[in-house]
Parts: sequence; structure tokens; C-alpha cells
Amino acid sequence: MQVPILKQGPYLIATIQSALTDADIVLLRDALVERVGRDRARGVIIDVTALDVMDSFATGTLQDVAQMVRLRGAETVIVGIQPDVAFAMVHMGLTLEGVATRLDLEEGLDFLNRTTRASAHR
Amino acid sequence: MKAPYVTEEACVTVTTDADIVTARMRGRAMAIHLGFRPTDATLIATTISELARNILLYAGKGEIAIAPIEQGERRGLSVVALDEGPGIVDASRAMQDGYSTSGRLGLGLPGVRRLMDEFEIDSCANRGTTIRVKKWNT
Repeated sequence: MQVPILKQGPYLIATIQSALTDADIVLLRDALVERVGRDRARGVIIDVTALDVMDSFATGTLQDVAQMVRLRGAETVIVGIQPDVAFAMVHMGLTLEGVATRLDLEEGLDFLNRTTRASAHR
Repeated sequence: MKAPYVTEEACVTVTTDADIVTARMRGRAMAIHLGFRPTDATLIATTISELARNILLYAGKGEIAIAPIEQGERRGLSVVALDEGPGIVDASRAMQDGYSTSGRLGLGLPGVRRLMDEFEIDSCANRGTTIRVKKWNT
């Protein structure tokens, strides 16, 4: 199940629509890192609302995405972590440290608008 | 009067990463069917995901068995992850946060222990690994 990546202005939006296998998550990682360059994107939003489980592999790979995208010069924000998923993550000790998270797509866009504009003015 | 226990055991053979998803979805479905709250169903699904991945990562092949359990008035769900892989040479280290021989986060097994009510690991070098976990419906 491949994750569609939409370009919206200077941002890429990846909306996960169902449970993903480990291979699917790795494909998503590679596609996003590549598309940041091809589309000259400033920011990436990954919407995980429909993801059933955020286990150690999913969390670790999303953390890798955020760091790789940052090395490519763009920002990543993860949106839509559900309450039950957040509960399981906290108990597992999966903190997504160093990765920006926001409630939903709207908040994610707002975050990117602020952070990428701030860096453009530096 | 309680409803009779009709749900049968589910067994998923794990040989690919798609089987991880199948196993955790079966677990979630059974948990919901048994009356677990969605939060606990997510804990169970996350546990199965970690255990199934461990099978794939370290043994290449194994089984996840999910079954309803009863103990007196208590009802719950058990998950058994079984493989005939190389076994865990140092089981006590494998239970420490941050320890991993696979180069990943090393939060899998210790994390699973925190998600479930009971956790048992039985592993011998070259004789495979069996992990049994239980969650009670409270």
C-alpha cells in the first residue's frame, strides 16, 4: 500500500491511509527524501491519523525521515497521532524526540508556515 | 450471566512484513470482540507488532498465537510468539531499554513488557524463543 504524496505550494503532504508494512514505511521515507529535492519543497507533513500502530520500527523510521529531510534543507511535522496510539507510544518509551508533532493537518501547515518563513528571513 | 466464550484461537505464521500487519489486526479484532477498550486493543496490537517483527528479524520464521484466556473471574487475552531461530543469547540484556543486536532502537521487548500485564520469555541459544504475554480485561 503506497502512500500518496501531494505537493501543496512549497510543502509535501503524505497522508497515510491504512496500516503500513515495514517495507511501505521505508518506501515512504525514500520517496519523501527524494521528492524534497525534486519538488524543491520547504516542508513535509506526514499525516498518521489512519495508522493503526506506531511501534518501534514506525517511530524509528519516521524519526529518520525527519532527520534526513532536515539534512536536505526542509522541515518535517507529523500530524494526527491518535490518543490511543500516543498512550501506547509513551508506555513503550517511544518519544519521537526531536521531531515536530502537531494535532492535525491545519496545525501542521501553520507550523510549517511559521518555521519556513522564519528561516527564509534569516 | 456471562456470554459463553466462543472466540477461537487465531494463529498467524510470520514470514514476511505483511504478516506483522495481519497478526496485529487479528489481535486487535479479537481484543475488541472480547470487550477490551480501544486503548487496550491498541496496546495489544502494538505488542503483537513488536513480537512479530522480532520473529522476522531474528528467526526469519515463526508463529503468533492469540487466544482468549480465563482465570477465575478474570478474562483476558494471551499472545504467544514462537520461533525456532538462534535464540536470545542474553535474555536479561535483551530486556534492557536501548539494548539491541539489530541496530534499531532497542525498545521492542522492554516496551512490550510495559504494555502487557504478564510477560514471560523462554529462550535458549540455538533452540529458539518463546515469548508469552497476557493482558487482563479490567
